[in-house]
Amino acid sequence: MSAIARKISRRAVLSGGAALVVSFSLLPAVRLRSAESSGLPGSLDRAPLLDAWIRIDEHGKVTVFTGKAELGTGIKTALRQIAAEELFVAPEKIEVITADTARTANEGYTAGSHTIVDSGTAIMNAAAQVRVILLGAAAQKWSMQVTRLRADDGFVVSDDGKRVGYGELVAQRLHVPAGARSELTEPGRHRYIGKSLHRVDLPAKVSGGAAYVHDMRLPGMVHARVVRPPGYAARLREVDASRLEKMPGIVKVVRDGNFLAVVAEREYQAVTAMTALAAAAKWDEPASLPEQRDVFTHLLQQPAQTTTILERGTPAADSAKALEATFRRSYQMHASMGPSCAVAQSKDGVMTVWTHTQGVFPLRGAIAQLLGVDQERVRCIHTEGAGCYGHNGADDAAADAALIAAALPGRPVRVQWMREQEHTWEPYGSAMVTKVRATVQDGRVASWQYDVWSSTHSTRPSGNAGNLLAGQHIAKPHPQPPPRAIPLPDGGGDRNAIPLYTFANAKVVHHFIPAMPLRVSSLRSLGAYMNVFTTESVMEELAGEAGVDPVEFRLRHLDDPRARAVVELAAEKFGWTRRAQAPGRGCGFAYARYKNQSTYAAMAVEASVDRSTGAIELIRAVAAVDCGQAVNPDGIRNQIEGGFVQAASWTLFEAVSFDRSRITSRDWSSYPILRFSAAPQSLDVHVIDRPGQPFLGAGEGAQGPAAAAIGNAVAAAAGQRIRELPLQAPLARAIANS
Amino acid sequence: MITLHVNGRTRAVDDDPQTPLLYVLRNTLELNAAKFGCGLAQCGACMVLIDDEAVPSCVLPIATLEGRKITTLEGLGGGDALGPLQRAFVEEQAAQCGYCTAGMIVRAHALLSSNPAPTDAQIRQHMEMNLCRCGVHLRVLRAVRRASEELQKNRKSPASDSQP
Repeated sequence: MSAIARKISRRAVLSGGAALVVSFSLLPAVRLRSAESSGLPGSLDRAPLLDAWIRIDEHGKVTVFTGKAELGTGIKTALRQIAAEELFVAPEKIEVITADTARTANEGYTAGSHTIVDSGTAIMNAAAQVRVILLGAAAQKWSMQVTRLRADDGFVVSDDGKRVGYGELVAQRLHVPAGARSELTEPGRHRYIGKSLHRVDLPAKVSGGAAYVHDMRLPGMVHARVVRPPGYAARLREVDASRLEKMPGIVKVVRDGNFLAVVAEREYQAVTAMTALAAAAKWDEPASLPEQRDVFTHLLQQPAQTTTILERGTPAADSAKALEATFRRSYQMHASMGPSCAVAQSKDGVMTVWTHTQGVFPLRGAIAQLLGVDQERVRCIHTEGAGCYGHNGADDAAADAALIAAALPGRPVRVQWMREQEHTWEPYGSAMVTKVRATVQDGRVASWQYDVWSSTHSTRPSGNAGNLLAGQHIAKPHPQPPPRAIPLPDGGGDRNAIPLYTFANAKVVHHFIPAMPLRVSSLRSLGAYMNVFTTESVMEELAGEAGVDPVEFRLRHLDDPRARAVVELAAEKFGWTRRAQAPGRGCGFAYARYKNQSTYAAMAVEASVDRSTGAIELIRAVAAVDCGQAVNPDGIRNQIEGGFVQAASWTLFEAVSFDRSRITSRDWSSYPILRFSAAPQSLDVHVIDRPGQPFLGAGEGAQGPAAAAIGNAVAAAAGQRIRELPLQAPLARAIANS
Repeated sequence: MITLHVNGRTRAVDDDPQTPLLYVLRNTLELNAAKFGCGLAQCGACMVLIDDEAVPSCVLPIATLEGRKITTLEGLGGGDALGPLQRAFVEEQAAQCGYCTAGMIVRAHALLSSNPAPTDAQIRQHMEMNLCRCGVHLRVLRAVRRASEELQKNRKSPASDSQP
């Protein structure tokens, strides 16, 4: 197939305008190949046409298309570097278009540290193939051997001094499927990959340029606010909206079952009207939630689907010397700085939604179902929001905007959630319980038994309106599809539950709990945060039992040289062997490979604990990471630093609170997160670059190791171990009670 | 009509006098920088300078602001003429999503205006009321330090009239 494609595309090169026809005739074959999985690299597998990724206009202007979204992690910058490298075009001359159902490839969700792995790999290969096509076109134009030509900043140049711009060569030649082989640039000759180029989006963000969906102002745009039920199970009994009729600027009150919203000409009018509408609404509010203090017991009592995901050797059923421990993790939230926002407009039979969703295509399907239209009638355009760290309120706000805009044809509708709506309605990271029973013998782990209980880690839209709040709240609600476990190797609650250590005898069991008393979905790193926290806490304890240094103990159980390299580098840069140990001061270590197949990360942390109050202070942290080929080392450092600080906030402070009917974590005072005073004094990230190796991703690799290294440092400093996340409150209680 | 003095310009606005400044800045005056983060004066994403003090604009009715000097991030530089703090935030790449950045820079500006050479502890303490969720705290502290050092350097060379 690829040989034929190449042959035809070569003919297309000759015939110029005919290329379009030729490539349409190729489409069924391409689809066939896709369905069988051609093995094309990265997301080229899903979207093999080169011009799905790269287009060059007749003036030589290069546009790169990615189906992934910029979530604040810097992917636009990194993808541009990759394209620049293989196209031989300066990065600043390349425009990057992100996820848009009308313009880009469908790359599913921007999640799981997959962007550079999927989209970066696709763009790298597509760009290299485009370069070869352009060189071939110039060779034909000049009747020269292609070996006498080279690409040079948007031009093809010959060894006898001829020069032609990409724009003159390109015609329709990129509307062809990618081939199986790409002539990638030797890593040693990289000019852009591996360089810490500045982020493309920061100049606007430091000076008030329009950067976010929140900043959109379309002609005739109106402002909407939703009034959400006070709790998950609340039902709207009655609402008398007559008071709103006299308020200034009111355009419309929308009621559909339990879905309630108000639209006004000006934003603050909408806020004022929302307050009045909320006061006028009478709800039936059953007590549907478990007692917070009993929530872990409640979860363990729910029916669970139990799967043994690892069985190796013969883990000892019982042993008097076994270390047995149970760990608990509270519900925790994404807590984005900007409450979710969306703009929608129904015009000429198409609903256009500007949204900071992680997945424009899966959201499009869900909104189409909500509106009862074909998905061709819905277009979702990714527009940046505040950092989301997973599935937050973005999709729900987009659905709200679409539902309201459907009632106001022609007018752009901007929906902005309030702070308490984001806090109380976003889907949280699931509460989890883990249990470990392990033994050591002769300085090694002899037996390892591990159980993890968790609700789902994904209730993403995925084409189903039942996953959207609006879809659940309207008078004829869409049923929420039953939650499912995310299959391994990525996993959900069991992500990173299988230890990568060389334990001779090990058994790991995943207890998937379909029930979800609180709304839950994907929070950065999913179950890996808790599983790595547990595994690495126990490893540190077992090292103590074995009388072996914790770093040495880990190395004894690690075969993978890249795993060993990050462990050794983090220990060396931290000065692990010279670390200070005194009452009230301690150090901890942790290692994990995210998803057992992505980022390698090792961390060491020094912390202090006031042994009279339990107050924890982070002193310093050192991380070593290996993300494969590093595209932008400072971008990687930024992700790992930020991941560490965010995980520190979760680990020390964060737990969603609730009573029997409502979420009571409503704002930053009832759900405090880390502030400047709690950030460590220093935080150094060392990147091990692996030129020529596959990209591994960077966005989530820090979460688990950060939590575990902090937990281990706190345990060393406090002289006692807390096995409940977050740590700070239980530690203070334990000290007060002792 | 209420008359506001924003970034050196006089602007008459017809919003309700009880409207918090944030909504007027973002919608009526079409200034993007100050962000809606909480509407509760808890996070700092909406910070602006009123006279020379950094305050949240999300709970500040415009009725109280006539005659006051209002400065937003846009008033501290833009385009090819970024201010020292803006440059420092770029140099240190002190952002990820950037949603808190405007508030951070405005807050830091107020500090450097009154204390051009703060200690690290003073910077940390001053920034305490601004929240960041991406976790770029240490980069922000470095950026403020960098801007402060640039101001020190410029202060020593008499030709410069650079303001923070």
